[in-house]
Amino acid sequence: MDHILVAKDVSKSYGEHPALSNISLKIPENCIYGLLGPNGAGKTTFIRIVNQITYQDTGSVLFKGKPLAPEHIAQIGYLPEERGLYKSMKVGDQALYLAQLKGLSRNEAKKRLKYWFDRLDIGDWWGKKIQELSKGMAQKIQFIVTILHEPKLLIFDEPFSGFDPINANIIKDEILQLKEKGTSIIFSTHRMESVEELCEYIALIHKSEKILDGKLSDIKKSYKNNIFNIGLELDRNADDFLKMIRDQFQVLDSQYDPMEKQLDFTIQLPSNNTTGILSQLSQQAKVNRFEETVPSANDIFIQTVNKRDNGK
Amino acid sequence: MASKLQLIIKREYLAKVRNKSFIVMTILSPILIVGMIVLIAYLTEVNDSEKRIVAVLNESDFLHREFATSENMSFVQFHDISLEKAKDSTNNMGLYGLLHLPKGENLEQASKQAHLYTKDNPNTHITQQLEGIFQKKLRQNRLGHLGVSAEQFSTIEKPFELNLATFEGEKSVKGITEIKAFIGGGFGYAIMMFIIIYGTFVMRSVIEEKTSRIIEVIISSVKPFQLMLGKIIGTSLAGITQFVIWLISAGILLFMVVLISGIDMTALMAEVQNTPGAMGGMSQFSTPLSNDTILYAREILNIPWVLLITSFLLYFVLGYLIYSSIYAAIGAAVDNETDTQQFVFPVILPLMLAIYVGFFSVFSNPHGPIAVGFSLFPLTSPIVMLMRLPAGIGEGGVPLWQLLLSIALLIGAFLAIVSLAAKIYRVGILMYGKRPTYKELVKWLRY
Repeated sequence: MDHILVAKDVSKSYGEHPALSNISLKIPENCIYGLLGPNGAGKTTFIRIVNQITYQDTGSVLFKGKPLAPEHIAQIGYLPEERGLYKSMKVGDQALYLAQLKGLSRNEAKKRLKYWFDRLDIGDWWGKKIQELSKGMAQKIQFIVTILHEPKLLIFDEPFSGFDPINANIIKDEILQLKEKGTSIIFSTHRMESVEELCEYIALIHKSEKILDGKLSDIKKSYKNNIFNIGLELDRNADDFLKMIRDQFQVLDSQYDPMEKQLDFTIQLPSNNTTGILSQLSQQAKVNRFEETVPSANDIFIQTVNKRDNGK
Repeated sequence: MASKLQLIIKREYLAKVRNKSFIVMTILSPILIVGMIVLIAYLTEVNDSEKRIVAVLNESDFLHREFATSENMSFVQFHDISLEKAKDSTNNMGLYGLLHLPKGENLEQASKQAHLYTKDNPNTHITQQLEGIFQKKLRQNRLGHLGVSAEQFSTIEKPFELNLATFEGEKSVKGITEIKAFIGGGFGYAIMMFIIIYGTFVMRSVIEEKTSRIIEVIISSVKPFQLMLGKIIGTSLAGITQFVIWLISAGILLFMVVLISGIDMTALMAEVQNTPGAMGGMSQFSTPLSNDTILYAREILNIPWVLLITSFLLYFVLGYLIYSSIYAAIGAAVDNETDTQQFVFPVILPLMLAIYVGFFSVFSNPHGPIAVGFSLFPLTSPIVMLMRLPAGIGEGGVPLWQLLLSIALLIGAFLAIVSLAAKIYRVGILMYGKRPTYKELVKWLRY
């Protein structure tokens, strides 16, 4: 598998305070890579190193196999968490300026901006000043400016903050389409719930250290702990039935709806082998749901951090 | 494709010159300055034109004709009343004061016991004038005792002015050193004003980029140093535009003044050029212009203008770059303009020092140790050296080694300070929140 970005043992400290300690990451091409961690973990420092805004103290970063160099800037698009635009400059002029700084010619920039302004339905903002627009509107322009030069690698730092749900969805769809077209995307956030549906790969960064990384589905698999959600349609007394189950397994949660005769419960199985219990249940009732609970990224994150902090 | 630096310069320039307050200031400033000058002249006129009336109660036999109306003083004579009564009337009539000369055997005695009574503390100018009258009379009187007649005395009193000439035999005029220092000082002052005004603009522009949070978007495309440099250059080009507009409007104003007041400039220029050194033969063709005017004009033309303007440009560019990069670093270190004061003051200090020390020491001795020291020290040399330069280089002027050393030191300081400022700038633009201390700024240099 080709990697667009490889970081090897990257460390950076600000005075005494370490911002990154020996971070190694491999970011595959054409995927969405989640860079996760609480505020202050070091995500932004890492992203700034990739953008050559600041430089690592030790370690190396390779972009498409070559050490990161100034000419790579034109192939990277970055939407910082702390973002804004010149307040008193016109939207169009501003977008043109930022696009030209990324190396586009004026004409090319104009053409592409027209396309994107029409696509996101904001064509009539061209002559307006930023201070006349709402925050969400400014964010849309910022998004366009970030992707306009068609970078190979896009880095979004908390991209959805400042968007209302409708516009956040529009932007999410655009990000997915960019990925379809072959762009690699790093997605940095501390809001784990937004990770699940977008990222294929994740890395967890906590207190300047990487504590976990890999394919999200693999990670989730390894964090499964044999907890199952079961739904039954039950003709007999639910309490008796539950008691029988409790004698054999640890029941974590249960709920009975007498109108629908529906019993839902969560159990912890001793192993991943489900054949025994499944056949036992299906003999006594009609099983309409039997699924393994998969931990959310948030659960994994909290578990991993706790484990690590306790382990120390 | 335009380079990134050019793009930044262009944006900064346009952002500045399109700014409404900038346009207003460009147009209003010359009007305000001319207005101020007119107003000050008018107020001084009003202030000075007030004529003081002093009452005189002269009981002596002397000094009866000497208290004559002058430019700013006139006298009212009181006769045959007591001192108390005279004081009362002076007060009632609202006069400035009462000069009392008691009876005395002779002038000396009468003068010794003379008093000036006033309501408030008397104006120094008035006292001096009155004392002058006494002194002149006393001197004449004392000399009279020694046998000097009144006619002889008036011959003695004839004012004298020393004739001035240079070693080459050219007639020179008084005050030319001061005039030269003033011209140099004018250039120095222009540099100081430019640095303070446009340095502040650079600082504000940096703060604006920080507070609008656009900074990180930009420096993901360009190097912070490029941005800083582009900002400084763009802002100063806007400043130069403004200065040129002011110069042109000042030129037009001057031209109008010349037209209105009717000074014949071409005649003056012709005179100046026709009389190189020899002053003898010109009297017959002399226009109504006085010799002194021509001399002053020639001295001013003799100032090494090419040298002065070249050095002005050099000192201006280097000095401005040094200071504006410090301003940019300050802008980067803080989050809003109110936090800048503690950092700006130490920056303005050497500039102020340069102007004041320059004006005092260069005026009295352009080649004294203070003047030389300050014209070598990089933070003050752009101003102080320019005050010394109108005297020329070499003999009688600034020794060449001093000029070269001063420029070398300035270039060295420029490289050192700009790289330090760029480091603070690079770290500072990404720091939000608390205002940094000086200690933290030093720490940033190592990041």
